[in-house]
Amino acid sequence: MTPEAFFTASRLLVVAGKGGVGKTTTAAAVARAAAQVGLTVDLIALEATPGLPTLFESGPLVYEPIELYAHRSGGSVRGRLVASDDALVEWLQDKGFARVAKRLRKSGALEVISSATPGVKDLLILAKIKQLEREGDADLLVVDAPAAGHAITFLQSPASLAETATAGPIRVQAEDVLAMLNDAARSRILLVALPEETPVNEMIETAFTLEDRVGVHLAPVVVNGLYPPLALDGDRPRVSGQLATDLDIAIELRRHRARNQAAQVERLARELPLPHLELPFLFTTEVGPRQIDELAQHLVKSIEQLPEANS
Amino acid sequence: MIAPLGSIIDDHRVVVCVGTGGVGKTTSAAAVALEAAERGRRAVVVTIDPAKRLADALGLEALGNTPTRIDVGPVDPGFAETGEMWALMLDTKGTFDDLIARYAGDDEQAARIHNNRFYQNISTAMSGTQEYMAMEKLYELYHEERFDLLVVDTPPSRNALDFLEAPGMLTRLLENRLYRALMAPGRGVVRAVGAATQALVRQLSRIVGTDVVDDALAFFRAFEGMEAGFSQRAQEVRALLSSDDACFVLVASPRPDAVENAKFFAQQLLEGGIEVRALVANRLHPYSTAITAAEVAKKQRNTSPERSDCWQALLDYQTLAEREANALAELTEEIGEDVPQARVALLADDVCDLDGLRQVQAQLFPG
Repeated sequence: MTPEAFFTASRLLVVAGKGGVGKTTTAAAVARAAAQVGLTVDLIALEATPGLPTLFESGPLVYEPIELYAHRSGGSVRGRLVASDDALVEWLQDKGFARVAKRLRKSGALEVISSATPGVKDLLILAKIKQLEREGDADLLVVDAPAAGHAITFLQSPASLAETATAGPIRVQAEDVLAMLNDAARSRILLVALPEETPVNEMIETAFTLEDRVGVHLAPVVVNGLYPPLALDGDRPRVSGQLATDLDIAIELRRHRARNQAAQVERLARELPLPHLELPFLFTTEVGPRQIDELAQHLVKSIEQLPEANS
Repeated sequence: MIAPLGSIIDDHRVVVCVGTGGVGKTTSAAAVALEAAERGRRAVVVTIDPAKRLADALGLEALGNTPTRIDVGPVDPGFAETGEMWALMLDTKGTFDDLIARYAGDDEQAARIHNNRFYQNISTAMSGTQEYMAMEKLYELYHEERFDLLVVDTPPSRNALDFLEAPGMLTRLLENRLYRALMAPGRGVVRAVGAATQALVRQLSRIVGTDVVDDALAFFRAFEGMEAGFSQRAQEVRALLSSDDACFVLVASPRPDAVENAKFFAQQLLEGGIEVRALVANRLHPYSTAITAAEVAKKQRNTSPERSDCWQALLDYQTLAEREANALAELTEEIGEDVPQARVALLADDVCDLDGLRQVQAQLFPG
């Protein structure tokens, strides 16, 4: 499959996964790779953490989009923060509640309702994303979803609210967002996991839960942090003392990890019938534009190996 | 020289493991409880969302919200036979339901709250509820006095304050101005409130729907009379956490970005009046003291092609380990060099049974 076809199969791509699996890094690599084929990409963060902007050597993201990366093809990545408070205020203004919005906020009434009606905040974030998707200002929207089980809650919010709210603007929003999430031509979920036991379990569980309960469409899954293969079965370098011990430790650990990794990748393929996109483990602790670029190139190679029929 | 971790078990009644997600809080907490049991203490670990295989291996899956004894096998004969390890997997909703049942004026009030949809929402899905219930469970076990040591795992969080503020969560909700405006004048009769508040309620209903607002109001009414007790307990939990009985262990992964998060976490705790009393640096890559990464790279260049990959294995880990050592030095400086510290190497396999737990235990408490 061509990267163009992959990145334009739906306008919205939500990147989700358990904490610590490299979800944000993957979202950044996806955005960068899409920009490199000439697409205008909006990379959307939902939390004001420094993680995402650092990957582009940018300052903190804000509600208004800022350019993070421009490619000579004309493609670019713009970053923006869609936080619940902004989304709430904007939504109220759009719905003609501008005057009361301030009073509702001041009285704390809105806070009580929104914090205790799970999903309202999430729904309004998704509603804002849906608005961006409809406007079509960007070719692709990449969302760095909240971590862990929270991604399920987040994506489930429209379905639950469509059930609980019997009428009113919230229900309308919920139905509109759900329509977007249920339409493969509009949105897909990109799940990320590490080739380790617990993350693989969690990915499988999340995948089935999201399909069953929300009816989302899953893109191929990203297997992140794959150790590149090394030939370690031949003669070892002739060294002695502590160095020999340390060399053995490194070789044994690496072999063990490689075996585990192969087993987990194989298990994932068996238990979750979705194609894999593979990203390598980077033996570095600095992650910036250069590393994201490296990952973007791996991603593109992996996409090119996907069969044409899958989107 | 780094102080060992043993004192956290000997000198406290409560150990709280904190840190961001994916750093090994659950296994560290369980390993601390195991060590305590082997030192002859009755220890219980309150786990939150443990990996399924570990939960299964410890026999945690079947049970609900009460501690289960873990068979830790024959203990070191040097230790007293009094040692016991117990564990429970926190059931957030169940804990909340129990609290309501216990502190409601009568069964009818408890039922009104249990059946309220607003309550069902806050007890399952409101952010902070899990932290809140973990602290309530801790408080309950603390007062039962069945255990000498309580070890608490905490939900992953980027923000330490979420968790420190958790015990006061419900109280804050009840102190909300809307609630006060509605409840103050007529002993909980909404009809008696002023025109301004009624207008507000109407506006709110137009936005989120009448049902949602009605449920919230019904919850506030049903809760009447219970606020003081919840508020009182929130303060007591907070006091316990700040007392010398409690020990906060910061669990961190040694990667620079994670160390930044950990430093931030420690600062936030300090602002909340809580000192980090121990550090667990988890999942360290193997570090060689015999050679530097630069020297390995040089050896690799001078070796035959078929042996090059062996050096590559060492080079990859050593490169990471050197960076980790620097990041860890920074973290040590941040939380204080005299704070007890344990360093746990990256294990070849996920910890998914008692043997795996023993490997972590051995590294947390060497010697």
